[in-house]
Amino acid sequence: MSSEALQHAHDEHRDDAASKLGMWLFLFTELLLFGGLFLVYSIYRNMNMEDFHAGSAHLDIFIGAINTIVLITSSATVAISITAIQKKHYRLAKGLLWFTILAAGVFMVNKYFEWGHKFEIGLYPGGDMFEAMPGGERLFFVLYYFMTGLHGLHVIIGAIIIGFVIKEINQGKQTYDNFAFHENAGLYWHLVDLIWIFLFPLMYLII
Amino acid sequence: MDDNVTSKPQLNFFEDTGGRKGIFKWILSTDHKRIGLLYFYSIISFFMVGVALGLLMRLELLEPGGQYIDANTYNSAFTLHGVIMIFLFIIPGIPAVFGNLILPIIIGAKDVAFPRVNLLSWYLYVIGAFFALSTLVFGDGPADTGWTFYAPYSVNTSTNVSMSVLAAFILGFSSILTGLNFLVTMHRMRAPGMTWMRMPLFAWGLYATAWIQLLATPIVGITLLMIVAERFLGVGLFDPSLGGDPILYQHMFWIYSHPAVYVMILPAMGVISEIIPTFSQRKIFGYKAIAFSSLFIAFVGYTVWGHHMFTSGMSGSARIIFSILTFIVAIPSAIKVFNWLATMYGGSIDLKPAMLFALGFIFLFLIGGLTGLVVGALATDVHLHDTYFVVGHFHYVMFGGTGFAFIAALYYWFPKIYGKMYDVKQATIAFWVMFTGFNILYFPMLVVGIMGMPRRYYDYLPQFHVPNIISTVGSWILVTGLIMVIINFFKAKKISAEEAKNPWGGLTLEWTVQSPPTVLNFDEIPTVTSGPYEYQNKEER
Repeated sequence: MSSEALQHAHDEHRDDAASKLGMWLFLFTELLLFGGLFLVYSIYRNMNMEDFHAGSAHLDIFIGAINTIVLITSSATVAISITAIQKKHYRLAKGLLWFTILAAGVFMVNKYFEWGHKFEIGLYPGGDMFEAMPGGERLFFVLYYFMTGLHGLHVIIGAIIIGFVIKEINQGKQTYDNFAFHENAGLYWHLVDLIWIFLFPLMYLII
Repeated sequence: MDDNVTSKPQLNFFEDTGGRKGIFKWILSTDHKRIGLLYFYSIISFFMVGVALGLLMRLELLEPGGQYIDANTYNSAFTLHGVIMIFLFIIPGIPAVFGNLILPIIIGAKDVAFPRVNLLSWYLYVIGAFFALSTLVFGDGPADTGWTFYAPYSVNTSTNVSMSVLAAFILGFSSILTGLNFLVTMHRMRAPGMTWMRMPLFAWGLYATAWIQLLATPIVGITLLMIVAERFLGVGLFDPSLGGDPILYQHMFWIYSHPAVYVMILPAMGVISEIIPTFSQRKIFGYKAIAFSSLFIAFVGYTVWGHHMFTSGMSGSARIIFSILTFIVAIPSAIKVFNWLATMYGGSIDLKPAMLFALGFIFLFLIGGLTGLVVGALATDVHLHDTYFVVGHFHYVMFGGTGFAFIAALYYWFPKIYGKMYDVKQATIAFWVMFTGFNILYFPMLVVGIMGMPRRYYDYLPQFHVPNIISTVGSWILVTGLIMVIINFFKAKKISAEEAKNPWGGLTLEWTVQSPPTVLNFDEIPTVTSGPYEYQNKEER
């Protein structure tokens, strides 16, 4: 970096490049956090091929697919809202963010029905159906709950962060030339989307 | 470049409270120096708890048989000693304290990139520490698993493992945020003219450390969460009776925890790389080699975790590969040591306390490093695995290395931070007491380990008696030295000193600012025109 640019970074209190760099590094750690789970998943899948196959047959591909579409759409709306704020279309930007939060809600409701159904039929640690399964299938469901649960937590956190972005737009803190927080929230939401794009085929589709 | 600083003295960061009162001057401040001191005081407090537990264990091992504490208490004591010393002292120690205090100044910045995140990491540190220490009071007592929380025992034991594990998770998060902050700070906030190849080596050490903190910690975080899930739900991720694989836990744990060893030592090496040129008044030998060897150690550090598991049941070829990779770490480490020695060659060496501790570091780290090769070699490790040799080895590296470097850093930067001077003579005596006590404490462990005494046992066979007596006496001497350091610290805070601005004749940027530094460190951000250790050109500057 040129020395003028560095001097610039000193003089101005705000440094968008720094906050973006920080966000990317943070997202890196999030990927590694899930990476640990993907590693465990792949190893146990390799050890228990058939049980994992049988386990995934209990999952509802339809709900999973709907949720995938919902998340990808919401990722697009976040991206569009960043362009909207740059063009000073504040109402549109906020509307798109509200849509994203709504999508997060739809995702979580679907997840609620999905998990709820499994709890009803005793498919949880301690439940009758779960305890009757072979070890590998139990491991599959443990990982299913762990990974989708952690992902769901990230969906909730992401929705809350986007809520704060809307608040800051209302307060005039996020503007067309100062939208680092908005952009970082968008990056976070893309991560949530990205992880689901890996979870969906791993859990529901691979046979 | 420092003329205007002396001509118009400003409020230093102790005096400028930012309009806050009482304790809020500290716990709400986002000034990197205040946060560094917050870390310093909390870390030292926990360190003393850890020392007390260590003393208790040594006392119990004075004689064969159980005298003072029973076996379960002993197990809890060594676990809590490990958790405190590793997660609360050595890992955050130098980066969180001296990184926060010095890093922004040494690269010519007004603060770290994210001051509020910086304060948040201290809060996370304190919450994590509270969780770890709360196991003393709540639940069924502290974990008795050893600091590694090996499954499946950590899943089955009735002691308060969940709390300790959550503590480690939160502390890991704190560590990630500190590393992230430092990385962005070094990328974005270096003073004009400070190219990467003009950045002081302490900053380079922290840079390599920060990458490890960032890339390794999340893995152990998720692994520890799996332990918690397993304890609460009984799901069997690592329990062989339920289909899980306990060896997988060991892999997951050491994928983080071996790189973490370099989180502990790399900042210490950075400190030594600052102290040696200053007290030799010589340009550091092989600047680039030292800088890149830090990155190389960080990189290779990821690939050697398997050497913790030579006896756990890995394939023969995996063990051989991990053994060879482990040897490779010796190369960058030796590069650093030889460069430090070459720097001192022909220099005008000034044996001030900081330099003594730095030299102590080199000596003890050499023993620690060479014994590391002994346990890194597959064949000898099979004999020495889980004996006191390993305990001796890692205490030489961790305490003899990082611990001594921590005190060296304290003696080096103390006048800068407090604007006061300590009793140099007393500090010198304290060094010799500590150095003697240290070797009396830990060297017999290497011997008794080769004789075959297993570690983590609260009792031993009579033939191990003599080395254990020597070792316990050594622990008393070492603690005497530590107490001298602490007393000297408190006495020094009352004495003021005029020469504190640059008492050692250092050339890095922190010695150009006022002591104690002002809130914004610099009145005007300096422009750097040469490398940090150009002592041969000192007169011209």
